[in-house]
Amino acid sequence: MKHAITVRVNGAEYRHEVEPRLLLVYYLREVLGLTGTHIGCDTTSCGACTVILNGMAVKSCTVLAVQADGGEILTVEGLAKDSQLHPIQEGFWEEHGLQCGFCTPGMMLAAIQILARNPNPTDDEIRHGLDGNLCRCTGYQHIVNSVRYAARKLRETNQEAIPSAGGAR
Amino acid sequence: MIPAAFEYHRPSSVKDALKMLTDLPDAKLLAGGHSLLPLMKLRLASPAHLIDLGRIEALRQIRADGSVLVIGALATHWMIESSEAVKRYSPLLAETARKVGDVQVRNAGTIGGSAAHADPAADYPAALLALEAQLVAEGPNGRRVVGVDDFFKGVFSTALDPQEILTEVRVPFQDARTGTAYLKFAHPASGFAVVGVAAALALNGGSAARVRIGITGVGPAAYRPKAVEQFLVGKPFEAGSVAQAANLAADGVDVNEDLFASSEYRAHLARVFTKRALMLAGERGGAGSG
Repeated sequence: MKHAITVRVNGAEYRHEVEPRLLLVYYLREVLGLTGTHIGCDTTSCGACTVILNGMAVKSCTVLAVQADGGEILTVEGLAKDSQLHPIQEGFWEEHGLQCGFCTPGMMLAAIQILARNPNPTDDEIRHGLDGNLCRCTGYQHIVNSVRYAARKLRETNQEAIPSAGGAR
Repeated sequence: MIPAAFEYHRPSSVKDALKMLTDLPDAKLLAGGHSLLPLMKLRLASPAHLIDLGRIEALRQIRADGSVLVIGALATHWMIESSEAVKRYSPLLAETARKVGDVQVRNAGTIGGSAAHADPAADYPAALLALEAQLVAEGPNGRRVVGVDDFFKGVFSTALDPQEILTEVRVPFQDARTGTAYLKFAHPASGFAVVGVAAALALNGGSAARVRIGITGVGPAAYRPKAVEQFLVGKPFEAGSVAQAANLAADGVDVNEDLFASSEYRAHLARVFTKRALMLAGERGGAGSG
């Protein structure tokens, strides 16, 4: 039996009837067409599918869409605002935090979770925080630099690391 | 990977959940979903009904009750690692929660789900054994309390009846003269414990007055190496005797073996990590500072 769910994704409200076994990542990609959230390992290991659900970074391959009912979701498509990159996006751009880019959306969403809890992390804390996100290109150093860049920018501009998904997004 | 089809239910109270668990055939409880959903995606589990406990807010609370920390079964690893009450009254539990999985997993996975699933390589069972935790189950015939020594029975197997729900984990406050530590040799890919050792140690005038150890990853279920505990109690706490005691850490255990670690290597790790965890617990409990 299908279940009706209502979710807010990047500020927009959606209602759909979904099969209980539909995973959140497939709901985002195939029902909503938000393909910025990637499917990597599909086994809760690589973090490519990371999104923010109710303020918490989660691996959307390991959450059912029905579990997210009533929830607020932020995906990579919701990071930039009014054509302005989010500081974490700017960080990845400036510090060359990506090569192939496949892991990048998940990396950025995990990174803003770290920064929401710790606005001024050490390199060690950044690496520990990104433990659940795999990158096979960069060797991570530039990703750590990107997160540090974002941390500095967020502090300087006094912004929340996890943007509230207001109507404007 | 897509799980097999199932019916989804979302009770708003433990009472409703218990009724569903009794009425629905082939039903499974869903907490954080970080053990069950991966199994369902691999089709190693295909329950007909899933009962999602996720909206039962009463099960998420962490509170102090007298000298006991009461942790709702649905408290996530993140809630436990960041809770001021847990950090203050049970630093060992906070330290263990911090070492589970990764940030995203800790945001979703729950202590009750981990305990009830009883993965032989899960982290909490070691800490719960060292902490003399009690686990509270509710079933059709009411509520019962199971001591941790009777809870973990074997691979994915606990003292819970199929129609019971684990609702609470109760942990006595750590007293001031007790030092604790959880040390883990994490599998480099999965992060699970190849070996994890939790130690709680109370010292009295330089001697070990009380010792409790929990070891995970080594046997079919987490266990207390009682020979190690008994060896140490009443003796001066020093590196030589700790090393001697730790040598007994895997004695009499049917030690796990996999592609990553042979049983011989795992038993070796168990001895080494038992020694290190005891020394660190001793240091934190004030050994050597007079």
